[in-house]
Parts: sequence; C-alpha cells; structure tokens
Amino acid sequence: MAGILELTVAEAAAQIAATELSAEEYFDAWREAAAGDDLNAYLFHVEHPVDHQAMDGPLGGIPVAVKDIFCTEGTPTTAGSRILEGYRPPYTATAVRRLDAAGARVLGKTNMDEFAMGSSNENSAYGPVLNPWDRGRVPGGSSGGSAAAVAGGLAPCAIGTDTGGSIRQPASLCGIVGLKPTYGAISRYGMIAFASSLDQCGPFTRDVTDAALLLAAMEGRDPCDSTSVGIEGGILAPSREDLGGLRFGVPSDLAGAGFDAGVREVFEATLKWIEDLGGELAEVALPSAEHGISAYYVIAPAEASSNLARYDGVRYGVRAGGDGDLLQMYETTRSQGFGTEVKRRIMLGTYALSSGYYDAYYGQAQKVRTRIAEDFKAAFEKVDFVVTPTSPSVAFELGEKTADPLSMYLNDFFTVPMSLAGIPAISIPAGLAEPEGGGRQLPVGFQIAAPAFAEQKLLEASYALEQAIGFDAKPVGSDG
Amino acid sequence: MLHVARLARLKLTEDEVETMTGDLSGILEHVDRISNLDLEGVEPTSHVVALENVWRADEPRPSLPPEVALASAPEPQDGAFRVPSPQADA
Repeated sequence: MAGILELTVAEAAAQIAATELSAEEYFDAWREAAAGDDLNAYLFHVEHPVDHQAMDGPLGGIPVAVKDIFCTEGTPTTAGSRILEGYRPPYTATAVRRLDAAGARVLGKTNMDEFAMGSSNENSAYGPVLNPWDRGRVPGGSSGGSAAAVAGGLAPCAIGTDTGGSIRQPASLCGIVGLKPTYGAISRYGMIAFASSLDQCGPFTRDVTDAALLLAAMEGRDPCDSTSVGIEGGILAPSREDLGGLRFGVPSDLAGAGFDAGVREVFEATLKWIEDLGGELAEVALPSAEHGISAYYVIAPAEASSNLARYDGVRYGVRAGGDGDLLQMYETTRSQGFGTEVKRRIMLGTYALSSGYYDAYYGQAQKVRTRIAEDFKAAFEKVDFVVTPTSPSVAFELGEKTADPLSMYLNDFFTVPMSLAGIPAISIPAGLAEPEGGGRQLPVGFQIAAPAFAEQKLLEASYALEQAIGFDAKPVGSDG
Repeated sequence: MLHVARLARLKLTEDEVETMTGDLSGILEHVDRISNLDLEGVEPTSHVVALENVWRADEPRPSLPPEVALASAPEPQDGAFRVPSPQADA
C-alpha cells in the first residue's frame, strides 16, 4: 500500500487515467492514511461515500485535503472557530468546485488558526497542529493543517489560503511547496473572509509540478467573485531545466533583516544554485518593505473587524445569551465564540477604523501599501523575480511565541510585502538547518516572487531550481 | 479599551482588558513607525487589481430556498431568523 502513497499527484493521475491504478483503491489508501492522523491536522474526514465515476479530468481520482476555511456543502466548516461549531454550509466554494470538476475529491477538512489569524496554528479552537518533522514544534500557520497533512503523509496535496503568508510560511516550516497566486487568480467565493483585499487561495504539494496542476484546475474568473480575473493563457506543467537569461533580485536591505544563521546558509546556497543554472543575481531596493508588517497589521485587522461582524448569533453558528436583549446576545455570542487572537485583531481593527484614528492608521497603512507595490514594480523593471527566505527561522517550538503576539507577527516579515502588493510568490523547500537553540535539522523554504499574473514563469523557474536542489529529505516518522 | 470593545460588540472580562491593553500597546508601538512617514500625495491602495465596474446581466437566478438558508440558524421561526428583543425590558 505504501507504494501508491509515494506517487506525486501528477504520477497518480496519469496512472489512474491509464487505468493502471484504480481510483477507488487510491482514494481508500489515502482515506486510511488520513484516518491515522496523529498530528491533529484534520478537523473532519469525509464521511460520505465518494463517487469514483465521473472522475475524468486532469486530477481524476486525486484526494485533496481542504483547509476548513472553504465552505463545503454538507460537510462541517468551522474556520477553526467555536463560533461556527456545527455549521454546515449550504454551498461549496468555487475553488473546491473547480477541483471537483477536474476530477479531484475532498479527503477531509484541515485544522487552521481561527479565521486564518496566526502563524503557528496554535490559535485553532480545536487544538494545535504538530509539525511532522518534530512534534514539539509548530507547523506554521495559518494553513498549518494543510501543510502538516501533505508533509506528514496524510494527503497527497492540499489547498489553503494566504493573507500575509499563511500558505508560504507553513509550507516552508513543513518542507513542501506552497504557492500564493496573484490576488484575483482564483475565486474567493465560499472562502470564509478574513481580509478581503489580501485573501487568496493556493495549493500545498510535494513538488512544483503538482502545484501547477492544482493551480491550473482552480484559477479562472468566477461570476460569484467580481475581483476574480483568472490567469490569461492558463497554466501548463512546467518543464524548464535552466535559468539562463533570468534575473533574480535579492533585496539589498535583506542583510539587515534578522534571520537565523541556518536559514541564511540555505538561502545563500540556493542563490549559488541559481547562478549554476545560468541565472543572474542582482541587488534590488525595496525601501518600503520594512514597513510591511506595520501596514499589514493595520489593514488586515481593519478588514477582519468588518468581515467578522457577521458572526452575531443570528443566521448561523452558535448563539449564547439568548435570554437577554439583542445587544447582550450579540456580545455574549461573540465573547464566548471567538478566541483570544481573533478578539485581539477585531479590537485592533476596530480601533484603527474608529473616528479620529482612521487617517493616522488605516489611511497611512494604505499609502504604505501603495509604496510597497511601487517598490516591486520598480524592481520588476530590472529583474524577473525577487527572492528571499520564506521565514526568518525554521519551525519554532509549541508555546514559544504565544505570550508575545508581536514576535509572532514579525514571523511574517518576508511574506507580507508580496501580499500587500498582490503579487504571486512560492515557497519551495531548499534545504535543512538546525534551529537556533539546537535540535534536529528542519526544513528551510526559499521564496520566489514574480510580477502579477506571471505564475507560469514563476513555476518554470521554481521547477528548474527544484530539480537542481533535489530536496528529498522527509520527516523521520512518529517520534512520540 | 471598553469603548472600542463596545464598538466591536465584544464583552471583555477584566483579565482580558488587562492583557489586551498590554498587547495592543506593544503592537501599536510597532505600527506607529508608519505614522511619521511623509506620505503626502501618495494615493492610498484599497485594492491591488485594477478593476472597475464589473457588470453582469441583471437577470433573475435561482437562489437558496428559505429552508436551506435557515437550516444553520440558531433559532429559525416561521421562515425567519428569530432574535431577542432589542428592548431590554421587552
């Protein structure tokens, strides 16, 4: 049985299409693997029998783990929150419907930081997810369940959402590929909103080819999301083997950014690979990127405070304090339903938008956002890509940063600027490094960002680099 | 803090008010770095994709039947969402 679980999505889909592998046998093998989840990666497993007919398509027969932020008709959807406990959406998110139309089937719903707010998965109301590489450490967040499921052999691929790094950072910490497409590439319909101007869906996979397959299936304009535009020309399997003629920009102020020595070593080794493959390195200036965290932690909470106003105990989810008056019911429901981090961000966002503070915080943050987008635009006139480490450190220990929300936020330093600019960025596993405090070697991700809607080019370069790096380390299995 | 909590429809315990005050001061101190930047004349960005007026045909489409829309409601009644009275003494 282990054999078929080793296949990549592309390999399994090809074998199923050629009837060398039974879709039913493949799905059942994964269902069994997922049922053995000892990482708390899943919140729900699909209960209903899966229709193995009508599975034609590029992803025919492929099981996919879906972050519990995507509405799935008839299957519980909680966004990692108590306030949505027991909620069964009456419709399915467009991204999931598109995967289904390509022949894939939902394997289960994965654990996440509540309403996607977090960088460690410790903000889930349903307990933290463990990192398969070291169960005393976090898998990253907010899509930690999706990343841990793929890295831990509990799913062949998964989808998640990225608002400020929530796909790229967990992919980095779990040693897999995670892609945040351009804002607007994939419909947000049915994706529970956190910060609507930043949220974007994307894949978690073992390799770049599989990421391209999932993106190809999901991208496209959707009448249900007027901000979705799709990717012109679609997405094809990448095949490029060298980086000749391509220029990679390394931010000049990167040297001053605080990141682990082990991460730096892997980053520099990867730059060397780029040169070996014929790519050219150049320094680029992103002077406003250092203000990314400040701008992000105004804009995202501001949007969240507005989006989360809908959880008031009236139309769905839980209700508490229903024997008081209406206002008491609202306040009791929200106070009992939301966790600490969600309350913190609602408070922050409400404050930033409140009368007298709006211009100083929200208005100013939106201008910084313009500056950051301009920085990237200027950089992309000189280079094809901008590269950074994905995360300043390898996976940190459970509980290490929970007492200090700011230190947790700073973890998004390298991923937030691309989110604010709305451009695509990928994290690919580039090597292993020892944590600062010592311990076993853990994965380090390499982030590549490209201009808006240049996903094909981004995937081609990532593929060439992936082939050269040949990252094949795996978690060492259950270690208790 | 209590004013903001009221605006956000949150009821915080005394402990929460205390922790939240400390946490938010720390975060705002960091965020304040941008308040002194000279950004006079910079256009604010609210949305990154240059889209304007996305239209669709104004045609009736099927929508969720009432019983489906009400299926997840904590207290549905007579085809509507029942809520407590807005008047404290009602």
